[in-house]
Amino acid sequence: MTALLSLSGVTAFYGAIQALKGVELNVNPGEIVTLIGANGAGKSTLMMTICGNPRARDGRIVYDGADITRVPTHEIMRQGIAQSPEGRRIFPRMSVYENLLMGAHGRDGGEAAETMEQVFALFPRLKERTAQRGGTLSGGEQQMLAIGRALMSRPRLLLLDEPSLGLAPLVVRQIFGAIRDLNRSTGLTVLLVEQNAFQALRLAHRGYVLVNGAITMAGAAADLLARPEIRAAYLEGGH
Amino acid sequence: MSRGATALPAILRDAGLSALVAFGLFAVMIGLKTDAGPTSLVLTPRPWAVVLAVAAVFFGRLAMLLWRLWRPAGVPAPRRITAGFARAGRYIAPVVLAVALTLPLYAGRYWLDLGILVLTYVMLGWGLNIVVGLAGLLDLGYVAFYAVGAYSYALLAQDLGLGFWTCLPLAGILAACWGVMLGFPVLRLRGDYLAIVTLAFGEIIRVVILNWTTLTGGPNGISGIPRPTLFGLTFSAGGGPGSFADFFGIEPNLTQRVAFLYYVILGLALLTNWVSLRLRRLPLGRAWEALREDEIACRSLGINVTITKLTAFAMGAMFGGFAGAFFATRQAFISPESFTFIESAMVLAIVVLGGLGSQLGVAMAALIMIGGSEMFRELAEYRMLIFGLALVMMMVLRPRGLVSGRTPSVSLGERHEIAPDLVAQGRG
Repeated sequence: MTALLSLSGVTAFYGAIQALKGVELNVNPGEIVTLIGANGAGKSTLMMTICGNPRARDGRIVYDGADITRVPTHEIMRQGIAQSPEGRRIFPRMSVYENLLMGAHGRDGGEAAETMEQVFALFPRLKERTAQRGGTLSGGEQQMLAIGRALMSRPRLLLLDEPSLGLAPLVVRQIFGAIRDLNRSTGLTVLLVEQNAFQALRLAHRGYVLVNGAITMAGAAADLLARPEIRAAYLEGGH
Repeated sequence: MSRGATALPAILRDAGLSALVAFGLFAVMIGLKTDAGPTSLVLTPRPWAVVLAVAAVFFGRLAMLLWRLWRPAGVPAPRRITAGFARAGRYIAPVVLAVALTLPLYAGRYWLDLGILVLTYVMLGWGLNIVVGLAGLLDLGYVAFYAVGAYSYALLAQDLGLGFWTCLPLAGILAACWGVMLGFPVLRLRGDYLAIVTLAFGEIIRVVILNWTTLTGGPNGISGIPRPTLFGLTFSAGGGPGSFADFFGIEPNLTQRVAFLYYVILGLALLTNWVSLRLRRLPLGRAWEALREDEIACRSLGINVTITKLTAFAMGAMFGGFAGAFFATRQAFISPESFTFIESAMVLAIVVLGGLGSQLGVAMAALIMIGGSEMFRELAEYRMLIFGLALVMMMVLRPRGLVSGRTPSVSLGERHEIAPDLVAQGRG
C-alpha cells in the first residue's frame, strides 16, 4: 500500500534551534495515526511543517504521490489536507455558521451546504448553535467547531492538533468517538497529535513517539500501549 | 453601603491627585495672562481662574468616581443604549438617506457645502472601514490614497485634457495600485508595526508631492482643475451655450453646480457603501473578517492571506482615490497641505468612533465630527478642546464606538446581533 502522506528525513528550525531532527513518518489511506510526545517535543511543529509553515529545511514531504515540501501553505490546504489547529483557533466574533463556511472557502455553495449537514450529523450540538458567536461556545463545542470547520473542505487527510486540550474526560471521549465514527464510515485518514497518550493510542491504529524532535518509537497502537517504557513515560499517573 | 465607606478615602485621594495634576497644568497656562502693555507684553496673574479650574477638576473627578461607585447594578448603561441604537438603527438609516437625497431641494448653499464636506468624510470613512474595520489592518496613512486620487485627476485633466468621468476610474485604479504597493512590504506586519509603516507611507507620498515641483507644482499646488460635467453639460456661473442652465432653459445659478457636486459625492459614497456591504457577504469579505479575527486559523484553512490582505488594501485605497478625485474637482485647487497626517487621523477617528465595521456608525460619526466641528465654528480655538473632550467622553462611555454590534453576514434563519461587549475595542 502506498502511503497517503509520507515524511522522510524532515528537519525544521526556528532560527538556530532545531525543532525536528530527521523525522520519518507514514500515514496510510484510511488509517488513524497518532503522534504522541511530551510538551515541547515538536509535535505541533511537525504538524505545521506538513502545512508548510515553518518550511522543512531538509527532507521530503510527499502527499498523494506529489512532493509538497515547497508548495505554498494555502495550496497544500486545497489539495485535500485540512487542519484543526492547536488551541482550536475558531473565529471568536463570527457565528458558528460563518466559522463553518470559512472552512469551505473557495468551494461552491451547494457542496458546502451538503457538507455542513454531514458536520451537523456528526456534531448535533453545532446545529443548535449556528447563530451563536464562536467565542461564546464552551471548550468542547469550540473543539467540535474547529473539527467541523476543517471537515468543511472535504479533506482526505485530517490533521488534528491536540483536540483533547483543556477538555473534560467525558467531552474528550465524545470527540474521539466522533473521530472514530468518521474514520469507520467515510474512511477519512487522520493524523492525530496528542499529549493524552492513553486515549490517543486507544483510538489510533498506529502510533509514533516523538522525543526532542526525533521519532524514537513506532508501531501498532495496541503494541505501543503495552510497552513498559511507554507506560512509564506517558501513561502512569495519566488519564 | 459598606463598600462606599471603605472606598471614600481612596476616592478623596484620587480626586486630590487629579486636582494636583490640574494645578500643575493650569497654574501657568491659565494663571498667567499675557496682555499688550505700553512697551511690551505684561503678565497679569489670575489666581481665581486657577482656583476655579482646579476646583472643577476636583469635584468633577469626585462626582465621576461616586457615580461609578453607586450606579445601579445589573445591565451596564452602554448596553441598554446599544439595544436602543440597534432598534432605532433600522429607522435611522432610511431617514438619514431620505434627508440626504432631498437636501438640495430645500437647503441653501451653506448647507450643501457642509453636506459635501461631510459626505466626503463619510466616503473616506467607509473606504477605510474596509481596511481597518473588516480586515483589521490598522492604516494610519490612508490620506496617501486620497492624495494619489486627487493628484491623478488633477494631472490627467491638466496634461492630457481628460474629463472628470474618464479620470475617476483611472484615479481609483492608480490609488488601488499604490494600495498594493504599500501592501506588499507590510504583508508580514501587524498591529503597531503596520500602523507605523503606513504612517510613514502617508508622509512619503506627501513629501514627494511637495518636492517634485516639476510634476506637481510643489507647495504651490495645482489650480484650475476642471469641474465635472453632466453628460457634457457644464455648470458655469455665466450660463452660455453647452451649459446645464442653457440646455434646460433655466436661469444659471451657482447653486446648481453645488447641488450637482453634492449628488456626485452622495452617489460615490453610496457606491462605497453598497460595494462594502456586498463584499461582506461574499467569500472575500468573510475572509477579510476572518483575517481580522485570526490570521493563523486563516492560513490553516487554506486562505491565501497575501491575496486577501492585498485586496483589502487595494479596495480601501480605490475608494480613497475616488474621494480624492472628487476633492480635486470640487476644490478646483489642490496642494500638499490638504493631505497631512491630521486627515488620516480624522478619518481613522471617524471609523473607530463609529464602531469598527459598522456602516451606519461611520456615517453618524462623520456627521458628528465634521458637521459638529463646523457648527461650533464661532467657538474658534475652543473647538479643538470640545472635540478632544467629546472623544474622551466617547471612549469612556462607549468604548466600542457608536454602533458597535456586529450582524453576521450570513445566517440560517433568524439573524442575531452580536452584542457589542463581545466586539473588540480599540484594536486595529
